[in-house]
Amino acid sequence: MPLKRRQIAWRAAQDLANGAYVNLGIGLPTLVSDFLPADREIVLHSENGVLGVGPAPGDNEVDWDLINAGKQPITLVTGGSYVQHTDSFLMIRGGHLDLALLGAFEVSEKGDLANWTTDDPGFPPGVGGAMDLAVGAKEIRVLVEHTTKAGAPRIRRQCRYPLTAASVVRRIYTDLAVIDVTAEGLVVRELVEDLDFTALQAKTEASLRPASDMKALRAPAV
Amino acid sequence: MIDKRVRSLAEAVAGIPDGAVVLCAGFGGAGLPDALCEAVIEQGARDLTVVANNAGTGRSGLAALLAAGRVRRIICSFPRSSGSVVFEELYAAGGIELELVPQGIISERMRCAAAGLGGFYSPVSVGTRLAEGKEHREIDGRMHVLEKPLKGDVALLSADRGDRWGNLTYRKSARNFNPTMAMAANLSIAQVRHIVELGELDPEMIVTPGIFVDRLVEVPG
Repeated sequence: MPLKRRQIAWRAAQDLANGAYVNLGIGLPTLVSDFLPADREIVLHSENGVLGVGPAPGDNEVDWDLINAGKQPITLVTGGSYVQHTDSFLMIRGGHLDLALLGAFEVSEKGDLANWTTDDPGFPPGVGGAMDLAVGAKEIRVLVEHTTKAGAPRIRRQCRYPLTAASVVRRIYTDLAVIDVTAEGLVVRELVEDLDFTALQAKTEASLRPASDMKALRAPAV
Repeated sequence: MIDKRVRSLAEAVAGIPDGAVVLCAGFGGAGLPDALCEAVIEQGARDLTVVANNAGTGRSGLAALLAAGRVRRIICSFPRSSGSVVFEELYAAGGIELELVPQGIISERMRCAAAGLGGFYSPVSVGTRLAEGKEHREIDGRMHVLEKPLKGDVALLSADRGDRWGNLTYRKSARNFNPTMAMAANLSIAQVRHIVELGELDPEMIVTPGIFVDRLVEVPG
């Protein structure tokens, strides 16, 4: 069974290191905040100027002065702080964040990221903080559904859509697999149990190879 | 005596010329000077260039200024969001020019103007369409593009507390672009939830010192 969106987020959350400063992009990556491992302290950064993003507030606790990059209401954890926007992006560009988890339209086999425009004239482009994050965080990982709704592969030899940044993505979490971008190409670390490798390759434009210790990709019902 | 307080929104936005570059603070609705945006409609300035992170939501605030046809060009990182109906209609009809700038580059370009600098080299956007036409330069083995300062004729700001000197404090993530925009314009105008007596703001807590603020008007909310 392919993972559901919340399960992709759960899987990505399992790899977060204790003490890491992490930015979550809008969309699928934002869901990661629901699954932070309880045994680790992880500090979430929001580009609009929040360090230490907490869980969503209860209905009676919403404060519209306290929102995340997706303009959803949030809370602040104990120890959290507010900074002005310029300093928030100094954190991003200056290599102060350990990791950014981003969404994507497409990722290439070289780790190129395309996530800001599809060139659809009816759909104005929006770059937001994606280009700053893509070149500034120490590591970039992507959460993305393996194919489009129409079944087209999102992991490609080259991105068809305009790039956000070249050669920045190091790991890709999809509903079917966990894939590392390496100097030798794309390596599948984990694969869902009821799909064989050939079937995964058929849903992927770029060439994949299995890791020597490839594992089953499993996530609890969340 | 220094007293930057004004009594009305009309007085706050008086004198904004046609064609002005207007820095509009806020991220989504947080820290957005919605009352000042709407006051500019009454004031009458047109042919404006607005610099803002988003292009307004719903029909009020910045979206109302766009809907009134006063904005020729918007410099923005993320114009489309849930409820950005006015911008989307204008964009589809060719009724507004969009200059898309990576979000951190917008604020750093304004900071650069505020600091009296001529620009900076940044690795952001290298190898993408947004770097086209920009001067490229390799620094310590990494390619950068030249980004130029972005100065406002006017900044529209939203703060939580302010005093007659123009010292400002903010609440939570509503701080966002306000401090940088306050510093980066020739005329900085703040709507403030509470105007307090000089001396009430703890000097350790003042985020925007009054030197960067020209007018403030109380807008409870």
